[in-house]
Amino acid sequence: MSAALDISAIAALLEEQFGEAAIVASEYAVRQPWLEISPAYLLAIGQFLRDDPRLYFDYLACLSGVDEGPKVGRIGVVYHFMSIPRLHRLVLKCFVSREIKDGTLPVLPSLAGIWRTADWHEREVYDLLGIRFADHPDLRRILLPEDWEGHPLRKDYVNPDFYHGIQTEY
Amino acid sequence: MGISDQKTGQGKIILSKVDDVINWARLSSIWPMGFGLACCAIEMMATNASHYDLDRFGVFPRPSPRQSDLMIVSGTVTFKMADRVRRLYEQMAEPRYVISMGSCSNCGGPYWEHGYHVVKGVDRIIPVDVYIPGCPPRPEALIGGILKLQEKIRNESLSIPGNFSRT
Repeated sequence: MSAALDISAIAALLEEQFGEAAIVASEYAVRQPWLEISPAYLLAIGQFLRDDPRLYFDYLACLSGVDEGPKVGRIGVVYHFMSIPRLHRLVLKCFVSREIKDGTLPVLPSLAGIWRTADWHEREVYDLLGIRFADHPDLRRILLPEDWEGHPLRKDYVNPDFYHGIQTEY
Repeated sequence: MGISDQKTGQGKIILSKVDDVINWARLSSIWPMGFGLACCAIEMMATNASHYDLDRFGVFPRPSPRQSDLMIVSGTVTFKMADRVRRLYEQMAEPRYVISMGSCSNCGGPYWEHGYHVVKGVDRIIPVDVYIPGCPPRPEALIGGILKLQEKIRNESLSIPGNFSRT
């Protein structure tokens, strides 16, 4: 069994495999070091993280949506991976423009085909933040009612005045 | 001499009003619907269980709205749940009562300002007879609410038309 890899070793492996353009930002001097990757590489990097015997990230521990607001203009997902046999961890971030153009939501690739954890977690991000996950097996709202309009954890979300005839404000 | 003789004398007759007898029967067997929404439901279950023993007041949860006199709204009413709460209430036979248990159900509770998903008080969808404050209320508070409801029932009249017409 090979030893646990640290974040710079993991980043080196990714750069070797995908080139320098894959990693767009990083921060190592924090409690949970992270890499931000380009959305174009997300699916391929996910497959590589799980399948490469040196990495063996068999466990997607968490998947969270983040909206950075209209000022920054970005929305994205933070992934927490862990390799149970290797005992190393990785935090990946992936951001796209948060703009909704003519009802078309921002798109990220779905990782549900690689880790089943991603299935419901991506539904939650879709429900509350409005990111569409391409090739997700069943992208429906998971918490809110089906007829809900909008995505309430977006920073610029405005409550409707009524829902099914019930006043929403206090 | 038995107790019935002491109370009724030799004639074995008690004089009373129909309202009093019916109300005594109704308030002594308030059957709530077995239904809980959030953490308040844990307190409600504790109140039903042996330590607080709501059965001593004749309060005994029923598995169907058709058999229930009382709906204890115990917890946060989300907009998603609001339609279901309203439907369950409409399925209950009259006379029917509602106890709003806890801050969420009373007014939205901690979600009053930023809870995009929370109905700010169950009285926006169904009429409420007794409000119990607390987050969650202790079992003693729920028992207090049920005693309050008993007082309300005691003063009602079935013989006056329209006395139950509630919107």
